Amino acid sequence: MPDAVATRRRGRVYVTKSVAPYLFLLPFMALFIAFLIAPLCYAFGLSLFKTTMVAGTQFVGAANYLKVFTDPSFWDGVVLLFKFGLMQIPIMLGLALLYALILDSGRVYGRNFFRIAFFIPYAVPSVIAALLWGYLYGPSFGPFGQLAEFFHLPKPQFLLDGTILGSIANIAVWEFMGYNLIIYFAALQAIPQDLEEASSVDGATGLQYALRIKLPLIMPTVIVTIIFSIIGTLQLFSEPYLMRNLAPGIINSHYTPNFYAYTLAFTNQQYNYSAAVSFVLGGVVAVVSYVFMLLANRRAA
Amino acid sequence: MEKDSKRMTLDRRQFMQAAGAGLAATAVAGLPFAAVAQDKVELLLWAWTPDTQVQADMFTKKYPNISVKVENVGQGGPHYVKLRNAIQAGTGLPDLAQMEFNSIPSFKQLGVLADLGAAANPVKDQFIDWTWKAVSDGDKVYGIPWDSGPMGLLYRNDVFEKNKIEIPGTWDAYSEASLKLATDAPGTYMSNFGVSDAGWVAAVLWQAGWRPFHTEGTDIQIKLNDDIAKKWAGYWQKLIDAKAVDTKPMWTTEWFAALDDGVHASWVTAAWAPVLMQNSMKKSVGLWRAAPMPQWTAGGTVTSNWGGSTFAAMTTTPHPEEAALFATFMGSDPEAAALWNSKQFLFPVLKSLIDDKALMGAPNAFYGGQAVNEVFVVSENQVDPSFEFAPFQDFVNQTMQDEMSASIAGTGTLADAFDRLQDKVVAYATDQGYTVS
Repeated sequence: MPDAVATRRRGRVYVTKSVAPYLFLLPFMALFIAFLIAPLCYAFGLSLFKTTMVAGTQFVGAANYLKVFTDPSFWDGVVLLFKFGLMQIPIMLGLALLYALILDSGRVYGRNFFRIAFFIPYAVPSVIAALLWGYLYGPSFGPFGQLAEFFHLPKPQFLLDGTILGSIANIAVWEFMGYNLIIYFAALQAIPQDLEEASSVDGATGLQYALRIKLPLIMPTVIVTIIFSIIGTLQLFSEPYLMRNLAPGIINSHYTPNFYAYTLAFTNQQYNYSAAVSFVLGGVVAVVSYVFMLLANRRAA
Repeated sequence: MEKDSKRMTLDRRQFMQAAGAGLAATAVAGLPFAAVAQDKVELLLWAWTPDTQVQADMFTKKYPNISVKVENVGQGGPHYVKLRNAIQAGTGLPDLAQMEFNSIPSFKQLGVLADLGAAANPVKDQFIDWTWKAVSDGDKVYGIPWDSGPMGLLYRNDVFEKNKIEIPGTWDAYSEASLKLATDAPGTYMSNFGVSDAGWVAAVLWQAGWRPFHTEGTDIQIKLNDDIAKKWAGYWQKLIDAKAVDTKPMWTTEWFAALDDGVHASWVTAAWAPVLMQNSMKKSVGLWRAAPMPQWTAGGTVTSNWGGSTFAAMTTTPHPEEAALFATFMGSDPEAAALWNSKQFLFPVLKSLIDDKALMGAPNAFYGGQAVNEVFVVSENQVDPSFEFAPFQDFVNQTMQDEMSASIAGTGTLADAFDRLQDKVVAYATDQGYTVS
């Protein structure tokens, strides 16, 4: 019996101190390597070769990457997403912040109801969301079109060259506003109550308290959501992919960089070039996120 | 609603890709008694036409040692993506796969289509000539046809009568009718210019004499923007500019509704469309009729094909003889072929079924009692067999859809779209290592 205890204790000490954290990390690391690092390495390997129908496979080094840098189909998509992001991210996060502050102000009845109601669109798969909005945008089938027809007004055109980017942005706002709202709301809830008492003692109005005290306190959270949104925007795929049926003349097969990579791999049989496009897109995401972080930090400092 | 349009798209896919045959009155010569394994063999077939397993089981009944498992890995695009991924991976290919006519050159180029000639050549005379030509190269046979889509014209009898429009025998008459309808009944269109489906564009241009590709080994001729294409582009551009043709994206709910509501008074389409329409339309029952495809010269008899499918065996199969026997059975066995038509509602490829008066002459209430198939039977025998698809047809279709849709949306003219298409396809073919001329 004493022996057993001693063994157990010895064993416990040994494992806990140095190996235990790694044992706990092991499942994660195994999956991380198997499903992220290994595919990334494989894709990077692919991007250095060129397989053609006639000439077979050759090592081409950086040639695929050089081609991406001068490929208008890719950069047009990136520029489009910058436009999209500059329009969509401020609206989405602005609304999320506004609603989060209102809900947190304690002046709204049914706070839990609104929290869930705002969040529901995020729980709707983006495929369903695009189908749903595709119907709403339909010129003769959609309710807006029918309503306009009923009142003999010109039908709103949601799927034309000038409007479709806004229409897609609207879907993204609808989908992700609630998600960001929940994050802001959680951050606001973490602000100690006594700050509000202190500010009201100092004579601050509710609005001043919200803008001058709460907002600066949750600024780190806001910055994180902006970075998430930038990354999400640059990876836009399913909404345009699904809306293509409705507006094939505007949403072409290289509308967004991710869509372009998909087309290259699965329609054009250019797996190697597709891998290179994906890596350059990853690079663009990294650069844009980093630049934003730098700007945000400089302002904070 | 968008969901509906998806479903309808799939329906049409199903129709596009299957074979048909009637209650084989005419006896079809028996299959060759190939040297079939004495041991049990199981074949795997990837196909998306509904109930394909029924025909596969008929085969097993006749050849008890060979069982066939049918797997649906996706319809159209996704099916080919999975095939290509398996080829890329070097493992995981089925023994056989459904293969549309326009995909055969692409997969043949990849070297994965087995030669079925030994089993198939004895029955070649039973097939409509153009379908056999589309799958064979001399004595080599890369797929067994079982479904086709010869072109014709479906039109709204009520709209034609109300606006005093004659059935257009030529494209000139079709154009005049389009302009007349635009003037007499604004909001109604003679047709929809369906460039969002590259298959339709290729079929209509095929009839006009467009032969964009000719491949011999690694040499390929590409003339997508020749005079025929430009003339054709001019024809439709005139109607687009006059707002005498609608330009809705095809296969959407809006597009189906336009046909059902009489907004589109006609549709130049394939032999699988009559049943598809019948299953998708609610209001226009009895108002539709079929007529021959309009001709470029008065009294002409040239048609083309849109859609249609074959079964192909993969070179990787460990049972090539059994696979060839099975594919041949699926296309030419009288009972199996009859079922394609009566169960899956596909348009036949066997002469015996095309000539079957009882089968093809059945009246159809959706078409006011007209025997619509008779129109398409005539068309089937007039399909010009000299059309070639590219060995990278998916790329061509995608680019065609992009460029022509962009023209419709306002980026230049249709003729410009053909020039851009030519440039892009030549660049792609060159990049893929072809010698382009």
